[in-house]
Amino acid sequence: MNAEVRPTVQLASSSVSALAAMKGVFARDMKVAFRQRQDLLNPLLFFIMVVTLFPLGVSPEVSFLSQAGAGILWVAALLSVLLSLDHLFRHDFDDGTLEQLVLQPQPLFLLVLAKTMAHWMLTGLPLVILAPVLGVMVHLDGNSIAVLCLTLLIGTPVLSLIGAIGAALTLGLRSAGVLLSLLIIPLYIPVLIFGTGTVAAAAEGAAVGAYLALMGAFLMLALTLAPFAAAAALKISMSNG
Amino acid sequence: MWQFFHKLGSPKWFFGISTRFMPWLLAGGLLLLMAGVVWGLAFAPKDYLQGNSYRIIFIHVPTAFMAQSIYIMMASAALVTLVWRMKLADVFVKAVAPVGLVLTFLALFTGAVWGKPTWGTWWIWDARLTSMLILLFLYGGVIALDRAINDEKSAARAVAVLVLVGVVNIPIIKYSVDWWNTLHQPATFKLTEKPSMPAEMWVPLLLSVLGLYLIFGWLACVRMQTEILSREQRTRWVKEFVLKGRG
Repeated sequence: MNAEVRPTVQLASSSVSALAAMKGVFARDMKVAFRQRQDLLNPLLFFIMVVTLFPLGVSPEVSFLSQAGAGILWVAALLSVLLSLDHLFRHDFDDGTLEQLVLQPQPLFLLVLAKTMAHWMLTGLPLVILAPVLGVMVHLDGNSIAVLCLTLLIGTPVLSLIGAIGAALTLGLRSAGVLLSLLIIPLYIPVLIFGTGTVAAAAEGAAVGAYLALMGAFLMLALTLAPFAAAAALKISMSNG
Repeated sequence: MWQFFHKLGSPKWFFGISTRFMPWLLAGGLLLLMAGVVWGLAFAPKDYLQGNSYRIIFIHVPTAFMAQSIYIMMASAALVTLVWRMKLADVFVKAVAPVGLVLTFLALFTGAVWGKPTWGTWWIWDARLTSMLILLFLYGGVIALDRAINDEKSAARAVAVLVLVGVVNIPIIKYSVDWWNTLHQPATFKLTEKPSMPAEMWVPLLLSVLGLYLIFGWLACVRMQTEILSREQRTRWVKEFVLKGRG
């Protein structure tokens, strides 16, 4: 990665409000990402490929796919978010941007939240948009697809937020990728259970309001707590170097 | 109170005091565990439904109980590490995480052995089993992270963050799998209710739980002492201690 082409963060002053700082970090992350479009595409390709493995590896029968489809899509989405997490802080850590962010007078957890939001916009949201196409390919019915997209829309930000903690903890370690998965997958399990549970309930014709409310509660919990944990972990990892 | 608190932060003080406690912990623990297990395995009445196969409860419940309570203890210690930077707290977390991992594994293993005659299967994707499996993963993650970071201080604090994130997740994981799928019987001991089994069964069970607690205390002390010796190897008291031990 060439350091010159990466926009720098210009907010080294306490007169910048926290909100403006968040906006700055968010805009910069988006700009950096769009200069490396291939990085944006990779998790999506991975998502499609993992979904393709199931009909090939297990069974292409409509009866199997329509039952397991939601779970397959959820697992694939979870894995591709996991795959993209390594990028969340890595490049900024390597070129020193992260150090500058940690030194900012604005609270670090807000900046981490902005980075995580950018990460979700770049990986989670495209997955949600792509999900209906794959849903049709695994023979989900229209209602299930709609509910599935809704659960992914609520669930993927939770994945990004929890993942940020893991990414921050494993920053700069040798085997960061595998370690990150080991730390984060157990924490992803509740989101997965409720995500697929909602779709299963919808397929049986049950009301999904309560399920969605619970997923919303996860999102709120992750939104309020995860940035603090990730910021604390970042500070620890930075002092490690 | 505060003096005690400050002393607790000193590895040297802990080393001295724990050496005095340890024989009692071990003796008491062995006594209670032997009493509980022998009573449970040989003298407690048969279960009217499961016959003798239920007797594995005298090993299964103590290990499962400890596996969970060790994680809670680790989380409390992790909070202390982050808030007060107390050296002993992170020594504790590092020392007991493998113990927790082994006990979780034992709980799962004895559960599988028990499940075969009673449920007819070694493993089932049941709520309790799954959440214990996830607990095993969490312990594994904690140990892996600790091993991966070379710097002792940042390892301790990173692990503390992970343990605390895990403890927030444990109730969520527990309830999510509870609602998901369940076959396991409800908890044997509840603080608010009388046990549903006769006293001849739950008294030995309680004895073995307490016994395992004490043995865990002893094991934690042994492991913490080892860790303290290796961390403080440059200090004078450790050198003196080691030389005295040799002479």
